[in-house]
Amino acid sequence: MDFSYSKTEQLFLQMIRSFAENEVKPLAAEVDEQERFPLETVEKMGKLGLMGIPVPKQYGGAGGTVQMYIMAVEELSRVCATTGVVLSAHTSLCMAPIMEHGTEEQKMKYLPKLASGEWIGAFGLTEPNAGTDAAMQQTTAVDAGDKWILNGSKIFITNASYANVFIVMAMTDKSKGTKGISAFIVEKGMPGFSIGKKELKMGIRGSATCELIFENCEVPKENLLGALGKGFSIAMKTLDGGRIGIASQALGIAQGAMDETVKYTKERKQFGKAIAKFQNTQFQMADLKTKVEAARLLVRSAAWKKDMGLPYTADAAMAKLFAAETAMEVTTKAVQFHGGYGYTREYPVERMMRDAKITEIYEGTSEVQRMVIAGHLFK
Amino acid sequence: MNIIVCIKQVPDTTEIKIDPVKGTLIREGVPSIMNPDDKGGLELALQLKDQYGANVTVISMGPPQADVMLREAYAMGVDRAILLSDRKFAGADTLATSYALSGLCRMLDYDLIIAGRQAIDGDTAQVGPELAEHLGLPQITYVADIKLMDNGHLQVRKENEDSVQVLEVEGKCLLTVLASAVKPRYMSVSGIVEAYDKEVEVWSADKIDVDENLLGLKGSPTKVFQSFPKALKAPGEVHEVSEEEAVELIVNKLKEKHII
Repeated sequence: MDFSYSKTEQLFLQMIRSFAENEVKPLAAEVDEQERFPLETVEKMGKLGLMGIPVPKQYGGAGGTVQMYIMAVEELSRVCATTGVVLSAHTSLCMAPIMEHGTEEQKMKYLPKLASGEWIGAFGLTEPNAGTDAAMQQTTAVDAGDKWILNGSKIFITNASYANVFIVMAMTDKSKGTKGISAFIVEKGMPGFSIGKKELKMGIRGSATCELIFENCEVPKENLLGALGKGFSIAMKTLDGGRIGIASQALGIAQGAMDETVKYTKERKQFGKAIAKFQNTQFQMADLKTKVEAARLLVRSAAWKKDMGLPYTADAAMAKLFAAETAMEVTTKAVQFHGGYGYTREYPVERMMRDAKITEIYEGTSEVQRMVIAGHLFK
Repeated sequence: MNIIVCIKQVPDTTEIKIDPVKGTLIREGVPSIMNPDDKGGLELALQLKDQYGANVTVISMGPPQADVMLREAYAMGVDRAILLSDRKFAGADTLATSYALSGLCRMLDYDLIIAGRQAIDGDTAQVGPELAEHLGLPQITYVADIKLMDNGHLQVRKENEDSVQVLEVEGKCLLTVLASAVKPRYMSVSGIVEAYDKEVEVWSADKIDVDENLLGLKGSPTKVFQSFPKALKAPGEVHEVSEEEAVELIVNKLKEKHII
């Protein structure tokens, strides 16, 4: 068993840390404050190949591993959780299902532009009445001979107003329940497709989270992704992969809050000494550090299984559950260690605590992760 | 155009701590990096490659651990990487180092050699200029920009401490580059993925055109008398004031010290 980073991963870590520190961190507070999508960062990431890390070279990607991709999400989220989720949704929720379920024509058409960052990807499953109960899809797709006609709406869609390609789930046969759901590749600008209202959120405020509206939206016949009626299964598999991405995002937020707290408690003096010298600080920080490392091992192990082609559904759920709850705990305590300053926007832990909360909610709430884990345990 | 870029692996001196008792540098656990001025030089070479097409070879002298830095150079976009590594080079001062590098350069086909101005561990700024002397090449130091002119000459911007010179140079030459002049590119992800599939050529002393008596400790006239860290200056005062107030503040300080 080898827990070390490969030489390639070490080189990658050197690059992504430097990129995050120099290009992403300086914008993090502004992106949050102004609820601004970091488009300039996405362009830079595209040029360096970061928007297509695990995409094979023949489709214009960098030919890297899932492990490298999740390292990127972690390191970006360590300084800016918004940038982390932009990459995670783009990679795990849009490119991955095309890679795993797309036809050769679909891969050749969409992957090169997505992997180069020229296009941004998104994923539409959630609806007003289909959240955790994702099977309750009301968006419909009707076979109109040479095309599909979609009607309905999706909500809380990450990257929506900047995305060019959307993986959208819709009911093709209501009588069949989840087996009547199919997946479609929808492009920005297709007739009858529009972006609705943008959500005002607590955290990850720079990510563009919007509604998708389909009003007799015409989607070409060849844009069905995977087999008819396989949409629910594709969505669930996609979310398995997405959860490793969100687990890494949570891990990055937790690590970022640890970094800030170590720095602050060494500098901040009360009662004549640095607060890092108090045993209360030391013991609490030791516990948090242990949890962060445990989360990292869960995340890396889940990514390793995905790279190896092994089943990883429960691993991804455990990684996300533990990393998300660790992120919430670490950031909450980080604010506490910062005292009054931690509650102000002058210090990044305030933002990190707001950003951490979503990791317990999206791509399956912590409750859903427990359902998935228990499902595997008692099957 | 064939370009050779000299790069050196150095300890990241921003992370170095000083042993409070011995007063020496604690190198353990300090990460090694590509020397910043050399990385600036590599960036200018890669820009020439991007703009005009060029074949860029990086060379380095050092222990086998320098391999990772040469992989980094591959991931940034160089075409070839050679590491001069041999016990016979051990203990080399700047003269023996530049002599060994000149022996390697003579084995290669080149139009331009780029080196960093100086390394952050030794701070001598001697290896680049000495290499030019060994090879009988014209040299320009403190370079911030290089352009290829229509007549095939290079136009070079040299940034001195108090002035800037724009020079034109014809034929083979050696330039030493400043890190501050240019922001080096990041490694690309595909470059990183391929970096370990490429070959870092390791050359020993018998593969290059040199007199072995002039290598390593034997070829090094410099004897280190004493090493000590730079004395830290007292922290300055920082005043955040308007321009008018700043003038008054400075004038008062100068008067206080009887300078004016």
